[in-house]
Amino acid sequence: MATQQTQVLGRALLTPAVALLFIWMIVPLAMTIYFSTLHYSLLDSENWSFVGLENFRYFLTDPAFLTALRNTLVLVGSVLAITILLGTPLALLLDQQVIGRSIVRLMVIAPFFVMPTVSALVWKNLLMHPVSGLFAWVATLVGATPIDWFNDVPLFAVILIVAWQWLPFATLILLTALQSQDEEQKEAAEMDGASALSSFIYLTLPHLARPITVVILIETIFLLTVFAEIFVTTGGGPGLATTNIAFLIYQQALVQYDVGNASAGGLVAVVIANIVAFFLVRIVGRNLET
Amino acid sequence: MGQITLQGVRKSFGPVNIIKNANLDIEDGSFVVFVGPSGCGKTTLLRLIAGLEDVTGGQILIDGKNVVDVPPAKRGLSMVFQSYALYPHMSVRGNIAFGLKMAGLPRPDIDRKVEAAAATLNLTPYLDRKPRELSGGQRQRVAIGRAIVREPKAFLFDEPLSNLDAALRVQMRLEVTKLQKQLATTAIYVTHDQVEAMTMADKIVVLNAGNIEQYGSPLELYERPANLFVAGFIGSPKMNFVSGEAVGEADVATLGVRPEHLRIGKEGEGWPGTVSVAEHLGSDTFLYVDAGKLGMLTARCIGEFNLKSGDRVWLSPDPTRLHRFDKDGAVIRT
Repeated sequence: MATQQTQVLGRALLTPAVALLFIWMIVPLAMTIYFSTLHYSLLDSENWSFVGLENFRYFLTDPAFLTALRNTLVLVGSVLAITILLGTPLALLLDQQVIGRSIVRLMVIAPFFVMPTVSALVWKNLLMHPVSGLFAWVATLVGATPIDWFNDVPLFAVILIVAWQWLPFATLILLTALQSQDEEQKEAAEMDGASALSSFIYLTLPHLARPITVVILIETIFLLTVFAEIFVTTGGGPGLATTNIAFLIYQQALVQYDVGNASAGGLVAVVIANIVAFFLVRIVGRNLET
Repeated sequence: MGQITLQGVRKSFGPVNIIKNANLDIEDGSFVVFVGPSGCGKTTLLRLIAGLEDVTGGQILIDGKNVVDVPPAKRGLSMVFQSYALYPHMSVRGNIAFGLKMAGLPRPDIDRKVEAAAATLNLTPYLDRKPRELSGGQRQRVAIGRAIVREPKAFLFDEPLSNLDAALRVQMRLEVTKLQKQLATTAIYVTHDQVEAMTMADKIVVLNAGNIEQYGSPLELYERPANLFVAGFIGSPKMNFVSGEAVGEADVATLGVRPEHLRIGKEGEGWPGTVSVAEHLGSDTFLYVDAGKLGMLTARCIGEFNLKSGDRVWLSPDPTRLHRFDKDGAVIRT
């Protein structure tokens, strides 16, 4: 883009794409903002009226909101912790020379390809079912009482399912990072007398700081909006035990048919996502700078 | 102390023999250079000594002790890598101190040694910088600092200067040699650059296809090459080889004469030929001469000669500086 002419040409050629993207994003956003200021219920769609910020007040003061917010944060935090704490050793293992390494890698990545609804159904009916599930069977084998996962520890059960889905992603990113680590550096550390553990702490972990940041940022974006797993397994319950923000908005919109309130909720969710993103970037984002 | 002895060392990767029976005696405090064309096994030999590769057979003795089963860190050697292999997220101080920290030295001792090493290498102003903020030469010095701070029995250098530009390479070459003499620590240095080998080494090991072709001082290799390979590898421009028959020495398969030992003689004296290219460097003149059935000859003549392409010259070899080889390439000494 050195000359004036290429700059003008470049902008002209980019304009249609940028305009389309802009409209694509701005129209739904504008409509959501518009609906969020209306009293608009699908059960009574003839009588809509402008209510200002009443929907926001209602959504934010709803006792379910704080519970949902807490559930969302617990879910995101736990899944992040599990995927990184398990993903790092898994990646280290997969980086070793073993027979059939490519097949093992494929198997490890497989859960990522399973649709959330399908994997949630499999976990619900085949693994965690208190009567016919695999876990229940193992529990009875050793003489313990089977856990009724979705009643006794519902949020933990959902966390397990989501973590299982995202573990491959973390492993894969960390594995590629490990493979790009300089061999000679490891050898230099070996000559310097570093044990495997010190070599990991002083060389590998700092090297992984950046990919771990990437994993945290990307996973957070998706984990804030976990829905299918909750919908399929617990339906947000028992009570509000597994209701997160996304599920709460769904309930407002399609269970209570309150479009105005759901729109307000959606905007609140956008703000929450931005707050989380802001703190994340402040905390871990400096790892992305070179 | 840092006496290193190789006894019948062999190394193969699968069916490929990289090192075939290497025997070598490296004296304490000497600077030994492994030199050879790419793929000759010189780096592998260095890594075997370092312990980064396992030997297939034979013994490596450091100060009389067989270290074949000793892990690299316990051999008391330190290595400077071709890529420097600095730890990117650590400061220069952290890089140099790492080995000492791993050895569990107390903090004040580490600081004292690191500062001393940094002072020796003129790195003091950069101690708190990261490797990426340093120039190539400075990184090189950090890598050397990391090696010397541990006070090893011997330094191992794996083509450490190959990533530097020509001027810096000459300067670092001097610095490394000076440092080694000052510390009087054994050093093994791998390079493919014969100028580095000739200028730095007390003794040179010439390797070819996994064999040690000759082991001796630089001048020994230059003046008395043991075989055709060493004769052709050491010296620049390369030694001229002519067949013995062509010059009337039937019992000699190949006759070698270095370009600097060919003089421009009077007409009728020596070997006739036609200048194909003349390079005038001022101090020397390089002549590439087409000598008919003798093939192409290179002559390096001291001073300026007013010769140009197409001129006819007579080249006479210094009879005391001729190298005679038998048909297997081994030197014939009379």
